[in-house]
Amino acid sequence: MEYLTASNIIFFILAAAILLFGILTVTSTKILRAATYLFFTLFSIAGLYLQLSYEFLAAVQLSVYAGGIVILIVFAILLIKGLGEDKEINLGQRRIMGLVAAIVGSFTCAITIIKFGFMPEYEIATEMAKSVDMKLIGTTLMGTEKFEYLLPFEAASILLLACIVGSIAIATKSKEVNK
Amino acid sequence: MEQLANLAPYVLILPLCMFLILGLFGKKMCPKVSGIVGTTVFGVVSVISYYIALQYFFSGEFQVGDTYQQVTLFNMEWLRMNQDLVISIGFLLDPLSAIMLIVISTVSLMVHIYSMGYMHGEGGFQRFYAILSLFSFAMLGLVVATNIFQMYIFWELVGVSSFLLISFYYFKHSAVRAAKKAFIVTRFADMFFLIGILILSYYTRTFDFDKLTFINEGHVDAVFNSDLRTMTFLGFPVISIAMFLIFLGGAGKSAMFPLHIWLPDAMEGPTPASALIHAATMVVAGVYLVARLFPIYSFETPHVLQMISYIGAFTSIFAAIIACAQTDIKRVLAFSTISQIAYMMVALGVSGYGGVNGLGYTASMWHLFTHAMFKALLFMAAGAIIHAVHSNEMDAMGNLRKKLPITHITFLIACLAIAGIPPFSGFFSKDEILVAAFETNKWVFAVEYFVAGLTAFYMFRLYYRIFWFGEPEEGYEHEPHEAPLNMTFPLMFLAAVTVITGISWAFGKVSFTELISSDFTSYEIHTHWNIALPSIGAGVIGILIATFLYLEKTGRPNKAVSYIKKPYLWAYNKFYIDEIYLFVTNNIIFQRICQPIAWFDRHIIDGFMNLLSWVTNKASQETKEVQSGYVQQYAWVFIMGVITITLLSIYL
Amino acid sequence: MNIPVEAYFILSTLLFFIGVYGFVARKNLISILMSVELVLNAANINFVVANRFLYPEFMEGHIYSLFVIAIAAAETAVAISIIINVYRQKRNIDAKSINELKY
Repeated sequence: MEYLTASNIIFFILAAAILLFGILTVTSTKILRAATYLFFTLFSIAGLYLQLSYEFLAAVQLSVYAGGIVILIVFAILLIKGLGEDKEINLGQRRIMGLVAAIVGSFTCAITIIKFGFMPEYEIATEMAKSVDMKLIGTTLMGTEKFEYLLPFEAASILLLACIVGSIAIATKSKEVNK
Repeated sequence: MEQLANLAPYVLILPLCMFLILGLFGKKMCPKVSGIVGTTVFGVVSVISYYIALQYFFSGEFQVGDTYQQVTLFNMEWLRMNQDLVISIGFLLDPLSAIMLIVISTVSLMVHIYSMGYMHGEGGFQRFYAILSLFSFAMLGLVVATNIFQMYIFWELVGVSSFLLISFYYFKHSAVRAAKKAFIVTRFADMFFLIGILILSYYTRTFDFDKLTFINEGHVDAVFNSDLRTMTFLGFPVISIAMFLIFLGGAGKSAMFPLHIWLPDAMEGPTPASALIHAATMVVAGVYLVARLFPIYSFETPHVLQMISYIGAFTSIFAAIIACAQTDIKRVLAFSTISQIAYMMVALGVSGYGGVNGLGYTASMWHLFTHAMFKALLFMAAGAIIHAVHSNEMDAMGNLRKKLPITHITFLIACLAIAGIPPFSGFFSKDEILVAAFETNKWVFAVEYFVAGLTAFYMFRLYYRIFWFGEPEEGYEHEPHEAPLNMTFPLMFLAAVTVITGISWAFGKVSFTELISSDFTSYEIHTHWNIALPSIGAGVIGILIATFLYLEKTGRPNKAVSYIKKPYLWAYNKFYIDEIYLFVTNNIIFQRICQPIAWFDRHIIDGFMNLLSWVTNKASQETKEVQSGYVQQYAWVFIMGVITITLLSIYL
Repeated sequence: MNIPVEAYFILSTLLFFIGVYGFVARKNLISILMSVELVLNAANINFVVANRFLYPEFMEGHIYSLFVIAIAAAETAVAISIIINVYRQKRNIDAKSINELKY
C-alpha cells in the first residue's frame, strides 16, 4: 500500500490518460476526434510536467502544443474537405506492419530498460522537486556562458521566421495551380 | 656556314606557316590572293633552298679535297623519351639533300604557279594551296632529315598530304576511293618501314644518319659494332630483314611492284597535284630513302641491294608494258612514272660504293633530277591538254599541234628526253644507268635496255595520239585553245631546264659526278658510246614504231593489236593486279579470316558484354520496386532496421 | 515510495511506439503528422525525466524540451502548408497517392 501516495496515484492516472488517448489518437477513424484525443494526450503530458514541478514547461506545452499546434491541425482538417473518415484503416497491410514495428520495438526497449535499470542513487527526493525559477530560465536562454543558450535560441527564432515565410510561400495559391 | 644555318629553318617554317594561314584563314581570303600569297612565299622558300644548295656545291666551303662534307645546319631535340632515346628535328646538308632541295623546290614552285591557272575558278582553291604548302613542308622536311625517325615522321606527313591532295575532289566517289587506296597501300608499306626502323635502331642505338652511315674500313660502324652482325632470324640475318623492311616502306611510296596499285588510281587528284606527287617528289621518296641508307645496303646487305635491282627491273618492264596499252593519258604517265622510278631503283641496286663503282648511285640521283623535271613537265602539259579538251581519254584528242603550240613543243621535248634522245637530259642519266647495269648484271641490263625502247614507244604513242593522228570522230565541243601564261610558263621553264642540263652535260660544263656520288667524292666518267649508241637506237626504233602506227589515223593500230590480242588485253587491264588484290582481300582475308573474327567479336565478346548488361538490367528492374516512393514504407524499414541493430548490438 | 525512473521511461517508450504505429498505419497525412507529435512528446518526456531524476541541479533537458516544442511548432506549420498544397494538386491527402519520388 505504500505505492498509494497521492503523487503516485496522480502519476498513474496521468500515464494511463497519456497512453489511452495516444492509442485513441492513432486508431480513431474520425480525424477530428483523433485531433481531440491528441489534445488530451498533450494535456496529460503537461500534467506530467507539472507533477515533475516544471511549471514553465507545462505552460509552454499547453499554450504551444495544445493551444497552437492542435488548433492548427484542426484548422487544416476543416480546410480540407472529405476528411471525415479514415476509411482504409481497418485490417490494412500497413496496420499489421505498424503493429509489428510497435510491438517488437516497445518490447525491445521495455525489456532493455527493465533489465539494465538505472543507477539507484538518483532517486527523486521530495525536497528536490522544487520548481525552476523563471528568472533562471530567462538568463539561461539569454546567456552566453557555458550551459547557456543564446545561440540556439537565436537559431530557433530564425528557424521560426523561415518557417513562417516558407509556409506562406508553399501554401499560397500559385497561378499555375489555378489553371 | 653560319649564314646557311640561319637560313635553313625558314625552308621548313615558311611552308608550315603558309599551310596554317591558308588552311585556317583561306576561307576569308579571295582565291586569287591566297594563290598569289602561297606562290610568293613558296618562291621565297625556293630561293632560300637554291641559295643553300648552290652555296653548298660551289662555295668550296664544304669541300675537303674532292669530298663533300656532311653538315648538320641545325638539330633540335623534339622528343626525349629517356636518356638514350631522343628524337630530334634538324637539317642535314649533303649532296643528296641539296639535290633533293633543288628538285623539290623547283617542281613545287612550278606547280604553285601552274595551279593558279589550272585550278582557276575551282571550289576549294585556297584549300588546294594550303595542302600544297603542307605537302611541300613535309617533303622538304623529309629530305633534310637528320635522323631516320624525323624522316619517318615527315614520311607520314607526306602520306597524309598526298591523301588530301588525291581526295581533293571529295565529292567524286572515285577520288575518295583512290585516296583511300593510296593511303592504305602506302600506310601498309609504312608499317614495314617502321618495323625496319625499330629493328635497325634498337640494335645500333641511334637514329642519326651520320652515325648510321659512317663507314670505317669497309664496314658501316654502327651496324658492324652491334649485335646485328651475327644475329639471325628464321635463317636470315636480322640486318637483312631490317633493311628489306625499310626498303618495303620505300617501295610503297615509290610504287614498286606489287605495291604499285595505288599510283594509277591516284590520278583522280587534280593534275598539278599529280605532277607534284607522282612525278617529282613523293614517289622518289623511296629512292631517296635507299640512297640515304646506301652505305648500309652496300656494305652490310649487298644481297638486299641485289633484290632491289631485281624488283626494280621487274617493275620497270611491267609498268612499261602496261603503259603501252592505256588510253587515259594521265594513266600512261602514271605507269611511265612507275617504270622510271623503278629505273632509279635498278640503278641503286646495281651500284657499288665509291668512285666509279658508284656510277649507279650517281646515275640514279641524276635520273631522279632529270626525270622530276621532264615528268612534271609531262604532267603539266597533260593538264593543259585536259584543260583544253575536257577529257582524259586519248580518243577525245588528236591533231592538237596547231591549237596548243607551246604545249606541243614542250611536250615533245619531254618525250624526247624520256625516250633518251641526245642532247636532252634524259639521255645522259638513262645512259649512265644502262652503263652501270651493264657492268654489274647483264640480265638486268637486258631488261632495262628493252624498257628503254618500250619507253620511247609508249611516250611517242601518247605524243602522236594527242598531237597528230587526226581529230576525234565527234569533233571538239569547243575549239581547244592554248592555256594562259601562268600555265605555259612552268612548261617552258621545265623544258628549258631539260634542254639546258642536257646540253651542259654534253659539253662537259657541269659534271654530275662532281656533285653527287656514293661517297660524295667526285670522279671522272666518260660517255660509253658502245652502250649509248645502241640505247639511242632502241629509243629511235621505239619512236619509229610509234610513228608508223600513230602518225596518221589508219587501221594499223587495231591490226597490230589483233596480232597480240591476249597480251594486249592483259596489259590493258593492268595484268589484273587490282583484281588479284581484290580477290585476296575480299575472298581470303575478309571471308576466311575477318568474318570468323567478326563473328567471334559479335557473338562471344559482345555477347558476354550483353549478358553482363542484361543481368544488371534485370537485377535493377527487380530491385527497383524497393524504391516505392511510399514514405510510410521507408519509415517502417527504417524503424525495423534500427530495432534490429539495437537488438544485435545489445544482446549479441 | 516514489515512482522509479524506469516507469517514466517505459511510459515514453510506449508513447513513442504508439506514434510509430500511427505513422506507419494511418492513411492520411494529417494523421501521420499527429503521430509525429506523439513521437516528439515521447522524446520530450525522456528529456524532462532524465533532467529531473538524474541531474536535478542542471536544466539542459528542460531547455531542450523548450527547443523541441519550438521546432515542433515550426515543423507543424510547414507540414500543414505542404499538406494543403498537396490537397490542392491532388484533391486528397492520402499518403499512398504521394509517390512521385519512386524509382
